Amino acid sequence: MEEYGGGNLLSEAMGSGPRVVVVEDCVEAPAAFVLHLLLKRALAGGGAVALLALAQPFSHYDRVLRKMGCNLSLHRKNGRLHFFDLQAFPGGPKGGAISDAFFRLYGDIQRVVDANRIAEHAGQFTVMIDDVSLLEVAAHGSVDDVLDFLHYCVTLTSEMNCSLVVLIHEDIYSSEGVGLLLHLRYIADLVIRAAPLSTGLAIDVHGQVSSFPLLVALANIITRIGVLHL
Amino acid sequence: MAAAGASGGQTIGRSSFSRVAVSTAASSSTSAGVKLGPNGATFVSSGIPDLDRILGGGFLLGSVVMVMEDSDAPHHLLLLRSFMAQGVVHKQPLLFAGPMKEPRLFLGTLPAPVASSKEDGRQRVMGAGTSSDGRTSDEALRIAWQYKKYFGEDKTSHAEHKDNKQEFSNDFDLRKPLERHLLSSQNIECISTQDGDTLGELQDRCSTFLSKHLRKDGGNLIAGRIAIQSLCAPQCGYFEKDWDMVSFIRSLKAMVRSSNAVAVITFPNAILSSSFCKRWQHLADTLLSIKAIPDEDKDLAKLLTGYQDMVGFLHVHKVAQTNSQVPVILEASTFSLKLRKRRSLVLERLNQAPVDGSAGPSHAASASCSSSSQGSQLDF
Repeated sequence: MEEYGGGNLLSEAMGSGPRVVVVEDCVEAPAAFVLHLLLKRALAGGGAVALLALAQPFSHYDRVLRKMGCNLSLHRKNGRLHFFDLQAFPGGPKGGAISDAFFRLYGDIQRVVDANRIAEHAGQFTVMIDDVSLLEVAAHGSVDDVLDFLHYCVTLTSEMNCSLVVLIHEDIYSSEGVGLLLHLRYIADLVIRAAPLSTGLAIDVHGQVSSFPLLVALANIITRIGVLHL
Repeated sequence: MAAAGASGGQTIGRSSFSRVAVSTAASSSTSAGVKLGPNGATFVSSGIPDLDRILGGGFLLGSVVMVMEDSDAPHHLLLLRSFMAQGVVHKQPLLFAGPMKEPRLFLGTLPAPVASSKEDGRQRVMGAGTSSDGRTSDEALRIAWQYKKYFGEDKTSHAEHKDNKQEFSNDFDLRKPLERHLLSSQNIECISTQDGDTLGELQDRCSTFLSKHLRKDGGNLIAGRIAIQSLCAPQCGYFEKDWDMVSFIRSLKAMVRSSNAVAVITFPNAILSSSFCKRWQHLADTLLSIKAIPDEDKDLAKLLTGYQDMVGFLHVHKVAQTNSQVPVILEASTFSLKLRKRRSLVLERLNQAPVDGSAGPSHAASASCSSSSQGSQLDF
């Protein structure tokens, strides 16, 4: 039941076909579930997904999505899901190699997107990154490398009909290093934010999710979609 | 044949199939100290039975537990010691890293398990319903304004599962040190984080520890434990290398995920910048924090019962939920740390003292649910 409610709200938000979706969360209200919903939605719609997983191994996503009625192992075998296990990314010696590693990673993604475009029943392609804060750790704090990489991914959205979904932990940037977060918000078409309830704890409502579709216009119109119950 | 087997123990005709009764104790494919849970989860005990219950079974294998220390008091060491002692008692491989010259000496402070006696058994069965003196005769006369205590969470299960519980988790006597011969075992390693100015060595040691001890051999599940004390303490050689530390935690998490081990890391969060503190918190699968109680706080004494026995507060921020997106729902997230009979650690929910009628409207206004913060001392 809750699934339906969540699905409807998310469908509304995603209905306008946003190219770049930024999902924000914090320690008190993690938003991994939004990624799971979007992943399921992307695969269910007949499209393909490239999942850059820095936070969890494949088995975790597999188990979670299986409970939601989506078989990731099957999709992976059929080539609809391209899973990049980046738990140990970039690996190897540090130094100038970081930008090389990002470059190679981008090359892999681009190859996969290309292959999908040429394929027969080419549906919508989604690149999903879980999460950008870990990408920053992998880059050893080099925000420039991370931003370059993200910009390359954003060019994919305009040139190759694919969308980008990114998870970022916004509470990390509340005191310093806020540049990355602001940059992401700027390039986003849709921002989905999970936050704890302002009133504190409650038994079965864990938090609230608001979504902000940003129109590229002089006046930004922020629409509050509603409260998502888990 | 198959149908006969599926009918649950009935042998019809010449079928030799019969359903094996599922025992509540740990099944034969797991060793002592490991418990199976839903969603393919396996738990090991934290060494504090109350904490196991609060976290929904114990520490999840493959997860990273982080404990935020209070710079005023060393109560996080109570958690760490119980965790390590539990592993030693169950003969599980243990790796300990601490910011001291001789980390081996820390092993000498591990507590011994309580010799189970009838009195303890009785205490367990009563649950939280009795006062610390164990006086039960006054129960009937008490005004049940603290009814939550009497409804209890696991009251029925205690008697039957006491033996199983002993196998999985032990109560530790903090006054008695662990026997020497248990500590001289082969699979306890110690590293000092004071030497060297990089985390590279620690990372390598963790990596070899995990690959050496924790292969699933012959169906026997060996669970390993990694205990790291005060990871970002100033005396560590790598202090102030913020990105190095976060990278280490990230790679440790990846290594632990693919092995049958639990890593418990304590850190003084006040030392880190708030941005990095948040990064560490996000990396944790289970996040706890310990807060000390000021000794003679009259306001707190009025607000909470049993204040005199309390040693500190434990706050549960996050509970590991690998392989599932259903969060563990806690009834309360702040608990009081108490030393029962000055030797074993218990965690209890906070109970408000009855509001003094003569105090007037100010007390009533400030009284709030036990699960929300009750004042500046309890703000986490």
